[in-house]
Amino acid sequence: MTSIAQAGNGMPVAGQALIGQPLNRTDGHAKVTGSAMYASDGALPRLVHAVLVTSTIASGRIATIDSARAEKMRGVMLVMTHRNAPQLPKKGQAGAGDMPAGRVLNLLQDDEVHYNNQPVALVVADSLEHAQDAARAVKITYTNSHAALDFAKAKSLLVKPEKVQGSTADSDRGDAAGAWQAATARVDALYTTPVEHHNPMEPHATIASWEGEHLTLHDSTQYVSGVRNTVAKTFGIAPDNVRVLCPFVGGGFGCKGSTWSHVVLAAMAARQTGHPVKLVLERPQMFGMVGHRPRTEQHMQLGAVADGRMTAVRHAVIASTSFQEDWIEPSAILTRMLYDSDSQHTSHRLARLHHGTPTFMRAPGEASGSFALECAIDELACVAKMDPIALRLQNYAEKEPEKGLPWSSKSLRRCYETGAERFGWVRRNPEPRSMRNGPMLVGWGMATATYPANRQAASAAATILPDGTALVRSGSQDLGTGTYTVMTQIAADALGLPMEKVRFELGDSSQPKAPVSGGSQTVASVGPAVHAAATAAREKLIALTIADPQSPLHAVPAEDIGCELGWLYRKSVPARREPMAAVIARNGGRAIEARSETRPGEEKKQFSMHSFGAVFTEVQIDPDLGTIRVPRIVAAYGVGKLMNRKTGHSQLMGGIVWGVGMALMEKTEMDLYNGRAVNGNLAEYHVPVNADIGDIDITVVDEADPHINALGAKGIGEIGITGVAAAIGNAVYHATGKRIRDLPITLDKLI
Amino acid sequence: MQSLFYDRATDADNALGLARQANARYLGGGTNLLDLLKGDVEQASRLIDVNRSGLTGITATADGSVRIGAAARNSDMANDALIRQRYPLLSQALLSGASPQLRNMATAGGNLMQRTRCYYFTDTAFEKCNKRNPGSGCAARDGVNRIHAILGSSDACIATNPSDMSVALAALDAVVIARSTGGERRIPIGEFHRLPGDQPQFDTILGKGELITAIDLPPSPFAANAHYLKVRDRASYAFALVSVAAAVALRDGVVERAALALGGVAHKPWRIAGAEAALVGQRVGTPEFDRGIGAVADTLLAGAQGFKDNRFKIPLARRSIVRALQTAAQATGEPA
Repeated sequence: MTSIAQAGNGMPVAGQALIGQPLNRTDGHAKVTGSAMYASDGALPRLVHAVLVTSTIASGRIATIDSARAEKMRGVMLVMTHRNAPQLPKKGQAGAGDMPAGRVLNLLQDDEVHYNNQPVALVVADSLEHAQDAARAVKITYTNSHAALDFAKAKSLLVKPEKVQGSTADSDRGDAAGAWQAATARVDALYTTPVEHHNPMEPHATIASWEGEHLTLHDSTQYVSGVRNTVAKTFGIAPDNVRVLCPFVGGGFGCKGSTWSHVVLAAMAARQTGHPVKLVLERPQMFGMVGHRPRTEQHMQLGAVADGRMTAVRHAVIASTSFQEDWIEPSAILTRMLYDSDSQHTSHRLARLHHGTPTFMRAPGEASGSFALECAIDELACVAKMDPIALRLQNYAEKEPEKGLPWSSKSLRRCYETGAERFGWVRRNPEPRSMRNGPMLVGWGMATATYPANRQAASAAATILPDGTALVRSGSQDLGTGTYTVMTQIAADALGLPMEKVRFELGDSSQPKAPVSGGSQTVASVGPAVHAAATAAREKLIALTIADPQSPLHAVPAEDIGCELGWLYRKSVPARREPMAAVIARNGGRAIEARSETRPGEEKKQFSMHSFGAVFTEVQIDPDLGTIRVPRIVAAYGVGKLMNRKTGHSQLMGGIVWGVGMALMEKTEMDLYNGRAVNGNLAEYHVPVNADIGDIDITVVDEADPHINALGAKGIGEIGITGVAAAIGNAVYHATGKRIRDLPITLDKLI
Repeated sequence: MQSLFYDRATDADNALGLARQANARYLGGGTNLLDLLKGDVEQASRLIDVNRSGLTGITATADGSVRIGAAARNSDMANDALIRQRYPLLSQALLSGASPQLRNMATAGGNLMQRTRCYYFTDTAFEKCNKRNPGSGCAARDGVNRIHAILGSSDACIATNPSDMSVALAALDAVVIARSTGGERRIPIGEFHRLPGDQPQFDTILGKGELITAIDLPPSPFAANAHYLKVRDRASYAFALVSVAAAVALRDGVVERAALALGGVAHKPWRIAGAEAALVGQRVGTPEFDRGIGAVADTLLAGAQGFKDNRFKIPLARRSIVRALQTAAQATGEPA
């Protein structure tokens, strides 16, 4: 067991492998000193500024556009609308469909309005202020058509999605309906989660610049090569003619996994004006055109027999989507694998609304779905008069229930034990309203956390330079999570170099291709590629050394040669050694480069791969005013091997904090008359502030997973948010006796 | 952002003169006005910065009052020794508002002038808002109205005043000092903010070009037993769903005077003259005191009307009144 609450001073411990150490971020200095260049920071020569004008109705057509005044305003270079925008192949939809990057876009190709806050015009001027001023002067009138904005009404026209995360919309095992009727303990409850928006601190931002047919995009994205391919397809140009740069991302959380309209619009404006164009979305513009977590309504039916064994699990999901794409929040996917029930039925349906299209948002499906499933399990424990952990253990899935595959590793039992012990769960009086702290009602609740251990193909290049340092590259992204740091650790270990002699570069579509930084898969995908490339480069260097008659290691068997801190040495006679740089210098002074392409193999078919965890929360509730505080959270996770205990802790904690927000605060309020987010700013869209967060105690249990990848890493980007809202909801019930099934749990629901 | 001119006033007279130019607005900390200008919610051609006009002092006067200059920062007010000792209710209210960064900028006069947080007012994409665009209608009545008024609203407007400071000022019987070219006038705080009626575009009774120069706080008997309760959706940096400024003056445990004002429930800080009389003469901790609290709540909440999303505010306000008065009555007398 590794407690990772506080670990070291962030500096490497000599003589130990770098992987796993709680090292400081390699990019930390650049970020706190402001020298890290984010997408919109580039001061390109002749740069001009674009501002979007967005729709103020939810459905209809543009009737008139009066841009005459705006066009005459100071500094204005272009007012682009559907009347003068360049015509794109397939009305701008040539890149759509190749998920996650390719989405249905709104690129001023026609007069149609599909949602409120949709781009309808773009103004370019010599300064941001001039562009903003002119954007307000563009006067647009609309012809409204009927807008579907009422979820309750939209539910009468449900659509079955073709696929749900590569699987089917529905699943069936046994006779869930019959088994539920026959069960002795039953739960039948409806849970809802609201529309939520990602709101990374750094808004979506793009600088587009053409040189002839070659387009360079500085873009804040989770997927540089996805942006390249989508933009190339959208313009009908070769991908080689598009380069996407993104060295830093100020938060993504899923909304930057796709290439949205503003990226292409910036490129269109750059082409029209002949200038590099910067386009940064204003905060209110983040509520519409760049995705959101859709609203869900989840009907749960659980049935169990006397000993708590679940005989029936039914989970029916209805999620909102737009009229442009059938994007489905896969909330019931986790229900298919989390518990071992005799029978099971899940389904996903879509209710179309005139909103922007929803998208991936931190743990899409698991975040919203675990709220419903894990609260329903708690309700079942109450009905069956069982401890909620005991009930979960009674239904523990020893192998993956849907496909019958063994787990590559699963430490959930230890997570329950560890979390319960650190939380003091044994002291819980199960009776609701039984625990108090002075006048405050105290509630203790828990829930299971889970997220798939994903992996995709990735490639990397490692170069040992003549000066004995190394450059390692992969076209991945660092969303602020620590990719730079952990990839440097992995590469340095493989190369036998100290951290400071390895430079890792990412965020450039011309680098070896890496997948989207989504699905918690970057470490598990890019890590093995970096490891393989660095290992191959080291092996090339060793081969060169052995073959060199002037080397003290000449003709030594390769397996007897080690690399450490920049030295090559004979393992059996460590005194026989020489610096890596010396070998290169004697052999023509040329850098040694190796490339790798790694991909998941047969293990995907042989094992089911998931991370698991257990979350325990305490709430204290004012019995009169309904205000809820969360003084402490204890969580334990089995996530394979952590690459860096410090950045790992931060990422898990960030997920938990977001879970508190999801439980208690987050909700995008959509106006029912014009479909606009009324709280589209960070003053009225609430996320937790520091004062809302108490103690967070995180443990990562030791978990060896020999099957998942060479590093044994599962990925931790999303599991932190899962289960938290349910654990808080369950604690609220324990404190008050009130079961709140609609997020967020605000005080008005408790008084 | 609209293009505009910027003038810096050297004193109040200078400010009044500069403000005679077309479409001028006074600028304090800018924490509200600048946002509204950027969002095109407010229009101005000229900003008259009054931060360096000699209006920042906080001073005791001979009659036992305290005068707060209109350009005093919220954080300076909240941490001022005089305010903390004599008017802890005001200090508490100020510290419950906004964030440290905003309090460091926001001024006393600006706080009095801050505009509603009604979603439909602050976003020009909504056509209907009688406050922003008189005669256009009120989108909030049938819209999302969880944060809106339950008292004193009109068909034209159900917005609330977002200030915490003003709620405490209402309980403390503060007086707003305003100057115009015609001279100076003293406006009791209860008359300074308006109810929306059929002219919700006017938040206050200030005339065009009139400048707030100071706020006077009369001598207060409430230094020992005062409590500002702010009920909101998160622990900090959120506007009040309901707030209560409550204070009692006790002699040997018996109420001699009481003061109570509500925030987050109306277009202005909500105080009903004489409502607190029900507490006078009651001994703290007795059933009579508790009944007195109930009577105060009845008076304040008479006629309360909820809308689709905010009906919870009526029971919440009642419970908050009870909590705030009980807490104030039990206070140790330590200044904030």
